[in-house]
Amino acid sequence: MSTLFQQIINGLSIGSVYALIAVGYSLVYSILSFSNFAHSSFLIMGAYTGFFLISTNLMPPLLAILLATIVSGLFAIFIERFAYRPIRAKGGKSLYYIIASLGISIFFENFVVAAIGANYRTYPSLLPYKAIKFWGLRVSILDLVCAGIAIIFLILLEFFLKRTKVGMAIRAAAFDLTTASLMGVNVNFLLSVVFLIAGFLAGIAGVVLGIKYTVYPQLGSLTTKAFIGAILGGLGSLPGAIIGSVCLGVIEACTAAFISSQLRDLIVFLILIIVLIVRPHGIMGVYVDDKV
Amino acid sequence: MFSSYMLSVITLICINVVAVTGLALLTGFTGLFSFGHSGFMSIGAYAAAILFVKFNVPYWAVLLLGGVAACMVSGIMYPTLRLKGDYFAIAALGFGESVRLIMDNGGNLTGGARGFGGMPTLTKWPGALLVAALALILMRNIIRSRFGRTLIAIREDKIAAQSMGINVARNQYFALAISAFYCGVAGAMFAFFMTYLQPMMFDVAKSTELSSSVVFGGIGSLSGSVIAAVILTAIPEIFRPLMQWRMVFYGLALVLTIVIKPTGLMGSKELSFSFAKQFVRKITSASKRGSRGESKPKGKK
Repeated sequence: MSTLFQQIINGLSIGSVYALIAVGYSLVYSILSFSNFAHSSFLIMGAYTGFFLISTNLMPPLLAILLATIVSGLFAIFIERFAYRPIRAKGGKSLYYIIASLGISIFFENFVVAAIGANYRTYPSLLPYKAIKFWGLRVSILDLVCAGIAIIFLILLEFFLKRTKVGMAIRAAAFDLTTASLMGVNVNFLLSVVFLIAGFLAGIAGVVLGIKYTVYPQLGSLTTKAFIGAILGGLGSLPGAIIGSVCLGVIEACTAAFISSQLRDLIVFLILIIVLIVRPHGIMGVYVDDKV
Repeated sequence: MFSSYMLSVITLICINVVAVTGLALLTGFTGLFSFGHSGFMSIGAYAAAILFVKFNVPYWAVLLLGGVAACMVSGIMYPTLRLKGDYFAIAALGFGESVRLIMDNGGNLTGGARGFGGMPTLTKWPGALLVAALALILMRNIIRSRFGRTLIAIREDKIAAQSMGINVARNQYFALAISAFYCGVAGAMFAFFMTYLQPMMFDVAKSTELSSSVVFGGIGSLSGSVIAAVILTAIPEIFRPLMQWRMVFYGLALVLTIVIKPTGLMGSKELSFSFAKQFVRKITSASKRGSRGESKPKGKK
């Protein structure tokens, strides 16, 4: 029984990091309705910038992490400005966005391999590798900090979307982009903000994953898990993305512990297919079929 | 005349042309985007290799059976066809990854992550060219048939097609099954080209490569897809001296194509003799007029 609780806690920890990625991905999906595969490059950008800033010891680690996330947010804006906006100007279908985003992720991952190298890099240890014990369960401080960071930023995002004017504009655009623009919402500015948030959150996730594991160019492939989490929760729904990602984290941890760690990914993908077949709108999302 | 290296590149191009031809029907003419077709290649490749090595089935039969195996497995994807475009693409991604992981955990049957070997090199360039040519002619006829026009109607407007009495899901499934068959055959050819198989050969990157060939060449243009398959297979080989940078250029080329010319190389035009004639006429008339103004192409609709 205590193994089960232990696995649930491990799952919650990794699930909260997935949630950081999934929320940004879902936010972009809710407005432009396409799967932004370039999301993985935002994550890698954050992870590598954080790694170099921290290991060069130029500034305190917290400042370095903040700077890294801002860099990955700006990188996301850059991608939106020079890749997605021209497609949008031509009235592109979602297919074009998907291909462009895939191209970006191929480009950036291989750019990192070619320019920096494919080897694994370890973050300098910032946190003690200790575990806190309570009720017979062991929780590492690292996992607690990961989950804490994720929860803080998710609450901040919720506040931003619900309480500020720009947040309201984003929610309006998610409902209907064209109508929002007719009501005087500056769509270009809005998308810059959305991509800044998405890149920023992915950057944090990148740094956290870098600290938790190591930094390597294929780190971005973890975003696939976050995509699955977002679908599980319902594409385009932010609470759904969080719930779905956390569920996925717990499912992963439990599968690895009780069934087989080799079959973990297979089961995750099978869940994805089953969810898409049985309930494509996930736990919280709304599935809108094409209208005439 | 050609070195053996160049001949092997030509063989590889032919294999990719077969797979991309299949995907051109699905993505180009039906409007369904897939990230999982390397899964069908994987099934075709493993089915062919296992039948050949363990059951001594002859090579030509094995090529067909690889396609049939992929075609049969594609039935799993039928329920996901009711979903909108993006959801299908993601379901296909899940399918492709699941196939890879199943092959990884296949034990003695598939050899797991270590790979499956023991096939002789039977896919050589004359045979590969023949299969690619047959595949192309067959696909051209499929696209020009009533079924092909039905698919184009679905791509252009699903709801309008439905209201004209077209069974959208069934026709989409036929397109998927045919594309799976093509990818299965390509996979089987690939197995006897590489002489050993590893699940990692058929990952998401491979699926992306196939799908991006279709978009790169022009959605709804069979010849465009084929030209793109040739270019996109040849480019990484030409740039082999650049080592790791070649995939960087590959990604960049993909993004730039979509941003600058989203309709791809050929748009929805087909390369044919009349098209070539028109093209030549356009160029010559433009050069006759010299620098005065721009020529206005009078393409037939």
